Order: sequence, then C-alpha cells, then structure tokens
Amino acid sequence: MTLPAGLSLSLGSQLINLCAAVMLLLGFAMLAQRRILSLINLFMMQGMTLFASTLIVASTTGQSDLYVSAGMTLAFKVVALPWILHRLIRKLSVKWDIETILNIPTTMLFGIALVVIAFNVAQPISQLSGTIMRATIGIALACILLSFLMMITRSKAVPQAIAFLSMENSLFFAATSATYGMPMVVEIGVLFDLMVGMVVFGVSFFQIRQQFDSLDIRKMERIKEE
Amino acid sequence: MNFYAFLAQLIEFVTALLLAPLFVGWVGQCRAWLQNRSAPPLLQTYYTLHKLFHKDVLLAHNASPLFRAAPYAIFACMALASAIVPTLSTTLILAPAADAVAFVGLFALARVFIALAAMDVGTAFGSLGSRREMLIGFLAEPALLMIFFTTSLISHSTSLSSIVGTLARTDFVIYPSLAFAGTAFVMVALAENARVPIDNPTTHLELTMIHEAMILEYSGRHLALIEWASALKLFAYSCLGIALFVPLGISATASPLALLTAAGFMLAKLAACGFGLALIETLSAKMRIFRAPEFLGTAFLLAVLAMLVHLLLGAGP
Repeated sequence: MTLPAGLSLSLGSQLINLCAAVMLLLGFAMLAQRRILSLINLFMMQGMTLFASTLIVASTTGQSDLYVSAGMTLAFKVVALPWILHRLIRKLSVKWDIETILNIPTTMLFGIALVVIAFNVAQPISQLSGTIMRATIGIALACILLSFLMMITRSKAVPQAIAFLSMENSLFFAATSATYGMPMVVEIGVLFDLMVGMVVFGVSFFQIRQQFDSLDIRKMERIKEE
Repeated sequence: MNFYAFLAQLIEFVTALLLAPLFVGWVGQCRAWLQNRSAPPLLQTYYTLHKLFHKDVLLAHNASPLFRAAPYAIFACMALASAIVPTLSTTLILAPAADAVAFVGLFALARVFIALAAMDVGTAFGSLGSRREMLIGFLAEPALLMIFFTTSLISHSTSLSSIVGTLARTDFVIYPSLAFAGTAFVMVALAENARVPIDNPTTHLELTMIHEAMILEYSGRHLALIEWASALKLFAYSCLGIALFVPLGISATASPLALLTAAGFMLAKLAACGFGLALIETLSAKMRIFRAPEFLGTAFLLAVLAMLVHLLLGAGP
C-alpha cells in the first residue's frame, strides 16, 4: 500500500490546508445563504479563519510582520466590520430576506464550475511560487471568484457589500499563500480603505432607501438620463 | 486469526442487532431533554418491538406476497449492511462480500422493496410516501457515492474495511477533503434516515410524512421488523460516520482485548453521536418537501468539492 501524499507535509502546512478548505466551505455557505443575519455571521467566521491561517503561517515561517497582519485582521474583520454591519441592518431593519437573481441551486452549480476553473488556472502559478502553502493558491482564487459570483447574483445592496468584503478576505488569503502577505504599508492602506468604504456603503444604503423605498440595486437603473 | 475474525464478525453483528434499538431510544431521550419534555424510557424501543412481535398481523385483502415478503427483505438488507460496517475491528469475515458501492446498493435495494410494498395495497398515503422516498433516495445516493469515492481516493480502495483501516492507522494527518465529505455525510444521513430537516420520525400528520406514510399499512411482526430495520439503518449510518471521520480506537486485529477497548471507544462515540443528532433535530425546523432537492443538492456539491480539494491538496508536494 502506498502512503498518502499528505504524509510528507508538516503539521503546519496541513493546518493551513485545512484553513483553506474551511475558507472554501464558508464561501459556498455564503453563496447559499438566504438570510442577511447569518450572512454576517458567516463573514465573521471567514475573518476568523483568515486570522487563524495567517497566525499559523506566521508561526511556521517566523515572519514577525505577519503577526501584526493577523492582529489587524482580528480587529477589523472579526470585530469591527461585523459590528458595523449588525448596526447597519438593525437601523435599516432588513434582517431576513435576500433576493437572488438566479435561484440558489443554479448559483451553486456555477460555483462548482468556477472552482474547477480556478484550480486549473492556479496550477501553473502555484508551481512558480515557493511558499509552503502554494497548494492553497487555487482555493484562494476560487474564493475570490465565488465572492464575485455572489456580488453578481444578489440584487440587494447589503449582501453585495458583504460579498465585496468577503472578496477582500479572499484576496488577503491569496496574498498570504502566494508571497507571505503584502508589504505592511499596503495592508494597512487596504484595511483603512475598507473602513472608509464601509462608511460610504452605510451612507449610500440610507440614500438608496430614501430615494427608492427599497435596497434593490436594480431600481437604480431608473435614474438614467433619457 | 481466522477464528478471531469470525468471532469479531459475530460480536459485531450481534452488537448491531441489540444496540440499534437502544441507540434510537437514546436519541429520543436526548431530544426530549433538549426540548424540555419528560423523556420516554431508554428501553422504549425494545418494549415496542416486544409488543409488536406478540400481536397478530392484519393484512389487506388485496395484499400480494410481495407485501408480506418485503419486511424480511428490508431487515436482511439492513442486517447485512450493519454487519459490513467496521465498528469494532477492521478484520471481518464478511468484509470482502460487499464494498462501499455495494453498500449503497444494499440501501437502494431495501428502498425499492419498501416503496413497492407501500404501493402494493393501493392506499393514497402509501403511494405518496413511496414517491417522496424515491425522490429523496435518488438525490441522496449520488452524494453518498461521491463521499465514498473521496475516501476511496485517499485509501486507494473501495472496501470499507481497508478505507477505515487506512484512515485509522496512519499517523495523524489532516485531510481537508474529509471536512467537506463529513459535512456532506451528515446531510445525507439526516435525509436517508428520515430525520428532522427532511422528515419528522415522530409525526402523526399523514400529509407531511415520508417514511411513516409507507409503513402505515403494516402491523404486528411485519411492523416490528421494519421498525427494527430502520433502527439498524440509523445505527449503521452512525457507525459508518464514526468509522470514516472519527476512526480513533477501531482495532486492526481481532484479539479479545482489542475488541474490548474498541467497544468502549465505540459506546462513547455513539453516545456523543446520538446527542449530536438530537441537537441537530432540535435546532432545525422541518423543511418543505420541495426544499429537499436544494438540501441534498448542497450535500452533493460538498461531496464533489471534497473530491476536487483532495485532488488539489492531497496530490500536492
């Protein structure tokens, strides 16, 4: 009997692979979710997974600036952003329904196709990369594409914003897996952009609702000039 | 060696037959605790079986021989299925008799029999139940097969014994694909055993029934055999889930001491598994029947993802 290929990997990279799989699982869970409240909780769990995987990479490779990056992930993506989102949906009183443009099983099938594409595309890239978690680049790419799909298939503004945030999570994950993270300045910049973006989202949600009595983005097509 | 393998097989078979009703009772007890009701006795399923075996069988006038033969066929399928799941030891006499694919086939055979028997007498609820059961079955089977394919890819074999043997005996390795496969397995197990998100095993409302609607016409020892068979099915599924995803403590040899340790591990894990099942059933509400395809579609998707993730990560450096 041949030994499974996983045996040659160290415990650290196995844990990172597990985190990657959980990221993908959460990506699909978000795609299938019908309720905004659960969507925010899933987003929080995605942030936690990202935090855990960054921490594991930091401890296995000894890159000390990744600890700072992990800490910022915890502060912003696990605590601050979900808290802001919870406040937002309470003020907007949209707790439950999510309208999708495609029905959910079809969306999931598209999701599987995207995963296959992402895995194929990432194969040559991961051979170039020399990090310990190069196998996870495919999964990170798949997560990005899944968030894209979620943004396209949701018609309300709040789920679209969450999809945008989750895409940013996946990008961070891709950066960590390909090159042990972006330079610190870039990471801090991106995080602050996110916070500012969230404030802008919040303001525009209220504006959209005031204008159209609904958060449905499709209604914005009405304001085209004739 | 051969004698011990025979002994292990015998012990495992008898354990499954005897413990299955107790396991159902334990799940019922946990459910009652969680829902703040007073629980039925732990041995309630044995009492029910005992009562049913002593009652006369009432048959409809137009019942065919198939209707009378079906309970025995179903019971035989489930008994064989629970005999080939490696719960205590992976050295089993019957292990070469059926691999994972044949295991799925056994459940399919039992399903065909129960659906035909339900349509046999010609009552409306019977045929309604069997149509629903076939719908659930045809969606759950591919997902179950995909789960088995993922585990077979890891262990390079479709025999249940060697799959469990590989998973239990290698050094500690995390397989990310098993996280997906495990989630999918729980969903399939809930659907196949007529548990809450899909079907309510304790319902008295005929219009929402799936499994119960099919056995409305049965009485006496026939009903007892079917009840026992569905207890065996739940037991087989739980043991299979434990063996595939938490294989700690299943012994490779069939020596008495190893079997005793394995039995201790198994009881603890089954108790936890039953509590988990009751927890899921308490926390979730029953779905509309037309939501079932979506639920099982998700299970199939997770199983396919498990395979893809295995091919990407497991075949890596």
